[in-house]
Parts: sequence; C-alpha cells; structure tokens
Amino acid sequence: MAERDVWILGASMTAFRRYPDKDLIDLGSEAAVDAMRDGGVSIHDMDVLGAGNLSEAASGVGQRLQKQIGQTGIPVYNVANACATGATALRCVIMSIASGEAEMGLAVGLEKMGKMGLLGASARSDKKVFTPAGRYGAVMSVEGRVGTTLMPGVFAQAGMEYAGANEGVGFEQFAKVAEKNHAHSTLNPLAQYQKQFSLDEVMNSEMMAYPNTLLMCCPTGDGAAAMVLVSEERLKTLSDDQRSRAVKISASVMTSDPWTDSDQVQPDVNTLTRNAAKKAYEQSGVDPQDLDLVELHDCFATAELLHYDNLGLCAPGEAGKFIDERGPWRDGTIPVNVSGGLISKGHPLGATGIANLYEVATHLRGEAGARQIEGATVGLTHVIGLGSACVVHVLEKATV
Amino acid sequence: MAKQIPIVDYLVLDDGTPHLVANESEESGALYFDRRNADAKSGEDGFCRRRLADTGVVRTFTIVHRAAPGVTVPYVSAVVDLDGGGVVKANILNVAADPDYVEVGMRVSLTTFIVGTDDEGTEAVAFAYEPIEGN
Repeated sequence: MAERDVWILGASMTAFRRYPDKDLIDLGSEAAVDAMRDGGVSIHDMDVLGAGNLSEAASGVGQRLQKQIGQTGIPVYNVANACATGATALRCVIMSIASGEAEMGLAVGLEKMGKMGLLGASARSDKKVFTPAGRYGAVMSVEGRVGTTLMPGVFAQAGMEYAGANEGVGFEQFAKVAEKNHAHSTLNPLAQYQKQFSLDEVMNSEMMAYPNTLLMCCPTGDGAAAMVLVSEERLKTLSDDQRSRAVKISASVMTSDPWTDSDQVQPDVNTLTRNAAKKAYEQSGVDPQDLDLVELHDCFATAELLHYDNLGLCAPGEAGKFIDERGPWRDGTIPVNVSGGLISKGHPLGATGIANLYEVATHLRGEAGARQIEGATVGLTHVIGLGSACVVHVLEKATV
Repeated sequence: MAKQIPIVDYLVLDDGTPHLVANESEESGALYFDRRNADAKSGEDGFCRRRLADTGVVRTFTIVHRAAPGVTVPYVSAVVDLDGGGVVKANILNVAADPDYVEVGMRVSLTTFIVGTDDEGTEAVAFAYEPIEGN
C-alpha cells in the first residue's frame, strides 16, 4: 500500500451497549489495554496514539486516555470525522508507521452516546422575532419544513433514488437487509441487540422515514474499539505466535465528496464510496469477488443496499437481486455484516470505524467463534461519515 | 396584509411571483443556495444571481413519520431536479403521505405556505412543491 506495509498486531472491542456506570475513558481504556494484551505488547511499545471520538472531541480524549493507560510522551492525534472518526484515528497511526516515523502504534475509537433519540433532532428553538441568520438567511429551523436532513430521512432518500433508477428494488429489498443483519447478530455476543426478526416484523415495525422502519435503523449506544498496528519490519522481530495472528492491511484509502449538483441538499454517499473502493481494489490487487466477508456502513438498511453496488459486490444496478438471492447472508456468495452490522451490533460513532476492522480481522484469524466465516482469508471494511468522509480497508491473512 | 419574510433568503417573495434564486458560479455554472466563498466545483470565485424554474421532477423522496419536535407528521420530503438546472430539497404538499401516491419522476411545481408568525406579527413563508395535475 504505502512505503512500508502495516499490519494489525492486536485488536479488541468492548461489547456495544449502554453503559450508565462507565465513562468514555473507561470504555476506551478497556479496549486499548485489551488490544495491547492481545498483541502481546504494552504501552511502552507504542510510538503513536490515534484517538477518535465525536461527543467529547474538544476535550483532549487521547491525552485523557493516556492518563489511564500510560503517559509515555508519544504523539497523540485526536480526530473527529463524523461516523468515519475511528477509521480516521486508525489512518493516523497507519500513516505514521508507513512513513517511517513510528514502528508501532495504538488507535482507539470510543464513544458514549447513551439514548439520544434522533440525531440532529434537537433543532434550535424558533426565534421570537424572525431575523435571517446563517449562510441561507434562515429565520427558523428548516428541518421538516423544507424537507428533511435528519439521518433516517437522508438515507431513505438515498435509497429511494436507487430504487427509482433500478429495477427490482423497493421496500421489501431494503427490509431484507435488516432481516439479515438482525439474524447475523444473534451469533455475536458483542452486538448491542441479538434478536432475530422476521421480514414481516421488520416491515411492520414503526415507520421512521419510508422505507426505513425502526428495525432498519441503527441504535445509538456506547462502546470502544482499539487496534495495535505494527510495521512489517518490526513484526518480523516478534514471536511466532504474534506473527501468525497478525493481519495484513493491504489497502487503506480515505476519500471525501467530489462536487455533485445535488450534494448541497442531499449528501451523496455513493461517489466517494465508489472512488474509495476502486482505489482500495487497485492498491490491494484484490477483486470484489475475492472477498470472503465485508463489514460495510449500514447505518440504515437503505444504505447497505446501495453499497452492494458501490463496492462492486453485485453487478451494476443489481443490488435488489443480490439481497433477493441471499448473496450477502453469511452463507451467501459475499457475506456482508456478519457482525450484525450497525443496525444490530450498534453504532457508537467514534468506535465504529475500528470495530469493523476488528470483526474482519477476527475472522481472518479464525477466532470468530460461532459466527466464524470458515476459511476467510480476505475481507473489506467500509465506513462513511456524512459530510462526507469514506474509509475503505482491505485486510488479508498472510504470513510474514 | 401581515408583513412577510421568507424562511430562507433563496426564496424571493418581493419580485413578482414567489420563486427560488441561486448563486451561480461564473466559472462553472454550479448553483448554490447559500453564500459561498468560492465555487466548490471549480475553486474559482465570482458568482451571479440566477432565478430558478418553478417546476421540476422528483428525483427521490421519503415519508417522514418520526420528526424533530414541533414538526407535523407524516410529511413527504423530496429532492427535486428543477427544469433548466438546480436541485432542491423541500416538502411535497397536496399529496397523500403514502408511497402509493408519491413516486420518483413525478412532476411538481413550486408553492408557498405560511410556516409561523413571530411576536411582531411577521409571517414566515416557506416553499414546497405540489404535484402538477395530469401527472
């Protein structure tokens, strides 16, 4: 990928839950310490720390974390990049190692959201005297009055645009995505919810923003994920056990939105994903059909369906057919979100972009227990933060 | 008649019939509803004002059932491709908030409605779209 290959040495995540008795740093510490234990190393081996968090982003989260897991004076990068925050923290560490500035580093994504309800729904109160403000000269909140920009509606509109342009895509196909991910989550003890629902139950749960029902929307929650990354050179000096469990990062790509004629009113989640995927496949030499599993950003069921097409997991325009034929089920042609995905595993924003790598790496190590995809050797992770940022990683089981 | 003010400044109420305007990049022709420092498409500065068409086609939509506090549900939110250029997001009025009655490709036209009144009696006017009869 870059000047120097980078490997995953240790990986961990907390179960995604609501943790009323733990604070943000408790969760981050738990994942960080466990990732270092998993890699057989300590904080004294780390040359760099990347810390990804949104809810307390201005508070020096990485330094607060150091005070609980070890203050060794290494550089700390605190990053916030919407739902791609964790993956961005990871990339800070990858870039530090690839550039030769560091040999080993720790990336932590951590978030404590609690039960927030609709993100962005706390619209500002209307003014007593209408006064134009901001770049649009708005006199009051426009949410719900001039369309919707809340997440369920934004992703519903993204899905309906695809449905309008492609045959065989509708409410039922979107609902099948959630049916699958809830079913997958029953095998994942780290998932926030582990309950199976029938297609009828998914389609008849409370409608949030058509076609996304409640069971097609990810929950808010708390959790953390962490990874220890290492240069290939340093990895070669480590023990047989450490080397045999290490996972190669064959591609690491980040993109943002190129201009489109509609992105000022409706985020375009497709173009930057397609751009990132294309580059990741080129960087890794991996073809989509080579993938043994994919963890992609299913914040809403409509989003997952789009990304089958965006990531090349199905033929162009055939995402509906792909889910109808059970292609992304764990026993399908390319298993997608065998963790349960954001819809059921949960989506603590800052943790998500590392938790998805944890899932794929765990399968490549053959350590995923009941949900193991047998014989998995190559996987892809994808995350999107609206605004937008997209990060795609390709991971491979390899020897060094 | 009460004093009126548009909910956003790209809705023009005081120059003929209500209509939308956009800032058009002199370099690329890209259209923006908000104030821009430079054109996100070309990177160049320099803008002029352009009146947008009152009619267009629904590119996509959703029907919102759970919304921000104070917003009446269900309602239809849509992205509309305007005739002659420009893409806008707004509610669709005068149609059942039911997927059987709204569809991608539906032709719509601009309409306005009073969305609130402030303590001085000024009415805020919002814009939306409604189906063109004969769809």
